[in-house]
Amino acid sequence: MSAKPVNQRAWWLVLPVLLLVAFNAVIPLMTVVNYSVQETFGDNQFFFEGVKWYDEVVNSGRFRDALKRQLLFTGIILAIEVPLGVAIALAMPRRGAWASVCLVLMSMPLLIPWNVVGAMWNILALPDIGLLGWTLNKVGFDYNYTRQPLAAWLTLIAMDVWHWTSLVALLAYAGLSAIPDAYYQAAKIDGASPWAVLRHVQLPKLKHVLTIAVLLRFMDSFMIYTEPVVLTGGGPGNATTLLSIDLVKIALGQFDLGPAAAMSLIYFLIILLLSWVFYQVMTRGEEQA
Amino acid sequence: MSRARWLVPALYIVFLMLPIYWLLAMSFKTTNEILGGFTLWPQRFTLENYRKIFTDPTWYLGYVNSLTYVVINTLLSVAVALPAAYAFSRYRFLGDKHLFFWLLSNRMAPPAVFALPFFQLYSAIGLFDTPIAVALAHCLFNVPLAVWILEGFMSAVPRELDEMAYVDGYPFWRFFLRIFVPAIAAGIGVAAFFCFMFSWVELLLAKTLTSVDAKPIAATMTRTASTSGYELGLLAAAGSLTIIPGAFVIYFVRNYIAKGFSLGRV
Repeated sequence: MSAKPVNQRAWWLVLPVLLLVAFNAVIPLMTVVNYSVQETFGDNQFFFEGVKWYDEVVNSGRFRDALKRQLLFTGIILAIEVPLGVAIALAMPRRGAWASVCLVLMSMPLLIPWNVVGAMWNILALPDIGLLGWTLNKVGFDYNYTRQPLAAWLTLIAMDVWHWTSLVALLAYAGLSAIPDAYYQAAKIDGASPWAVLRHVQLPKLKHVLTIAVLLRFMDSFMIYTEPVVLTGGGPGNATTLLSIDLVKIALGQFDLGPAAAMSLIYFLIILLLSWVFYQVMTRGEEQA
Repeated sequence: MSRARWLVPALYIVFLMLPIYWLLAMSFKTTNEILGGFTLWPQRFTLENYRKIFTDPTWYLGYVNSLTYVVINTLLSVAVALPAAYAFSRYRFLGDKHLFFWLLSNRMAPPAVFALPFFQLYSAIGLFDTPIAVALAHCLFNVPLAVWILEGFMSAVPRELDEMAYVDGYPFWRFFLRIFVPAIAAGIGVAAFFCFMFSWVELLLAKTLTSVDAKPIAATMTRTASTSGYELGLLAAAGSLTIIPGAFVIYFVRNYIAKGFSLGRV
């Protein structure tokens, strides 16, 4: 394939996007940066404070605890959703009416507003009148997600698996559909076992879409806000207070602009940094090959 | 092993449908029945919850508001993303790679970070509590996504198509609208689907940027949940209705959903 021609006038085509996103991203981000280095007493007077808020946030036990919970949550849901999504995609019918039925039904959770997802699981898990909560208590588990931190965590993870595994499955399915039949025929002639086909034909071909799936799931789970707020409100206590929940509490609840802004920037940088690390690790093999 | 393979997606779909079933079942129950104890399906089937939603303007206007900003956002995102994606897919220009990654980095910005500055920004320019404010705010994550998806689809179209059109004397915009856009119609459908989806499901920014006039349905629901006690049936009915637009859109793009992201590059 020949190289793309250099054409500086292409900037004109990009300009509308640039203006729109700059308006939405740069101005608010500058506001945040501005707040993060200043102190205010609410009368529109600001005093320069330097890195005081950053220092405070990084050294606060509250932020560290929220960050730990966030990392634990993201780690668990990645460990469940990615293998499960691939397994479902492998078992799905490749073509025909059933494939369409599977795709449509599996996409359903992705298109439900996030607060409805939270409300839905809230209703489902109510210990006395919810289908899940009632059944669990009936078969002998003492389950109450509004009182027990462990139950709240398990419900939260079940909800996220319910909500987002389909995204991984759809992406993996798209990747599998793109593998030419000739690859499978060649593997068959070689007498390859299903496991060998998975290991040497399917997984390598899935690498590209799985990179996207892991990145998207990582970013979105790290930003999760609405679903846990509606489901547990961050409780019991602070047991399920993830980073975004804590941030909104500080920014819009207590109106502590300085600490909230400093926390916002640290939060954003963590996501950028970890996304970059994921991307580097997952695409490292491609350059060597 | 291979004969029982259908069990995996089948069980998964049952798992997916259970909470949806429970929401629907709740929406047809009376409040008394819901609070009275556990029943697997509605004993006294009622449409009262739905009647309330369709007759009370604070409820049904919530749907109108939500759909308004979602549609504006989808049209705007795809319209500005089309030429930009073409530029990224066809040309090299100063800073192109940096710009592309900067755009994508906005997809990684937590809405919680932007809630307060957005509130101040849109209040300052007088758009607070309008659907336009929410539609513009959602561009933050939808425009980069649309550019990313469209760029993938455009790069799959051979460049010879452009060159032949220019040799035939087509001016750029005529070629773009008459030949190129129809050639990537599937990609536009996929991009629009994802913009619709992410704008429809987002609540934090939509709620922060509205108060009365443009309040989305999701915010009406949270208010009901917190202030008017325990109207679970009403909440379930409102929730069930929010599934419909999504299901409708899925049906139209069912053959393209899976392709959406996979053709893009990171």
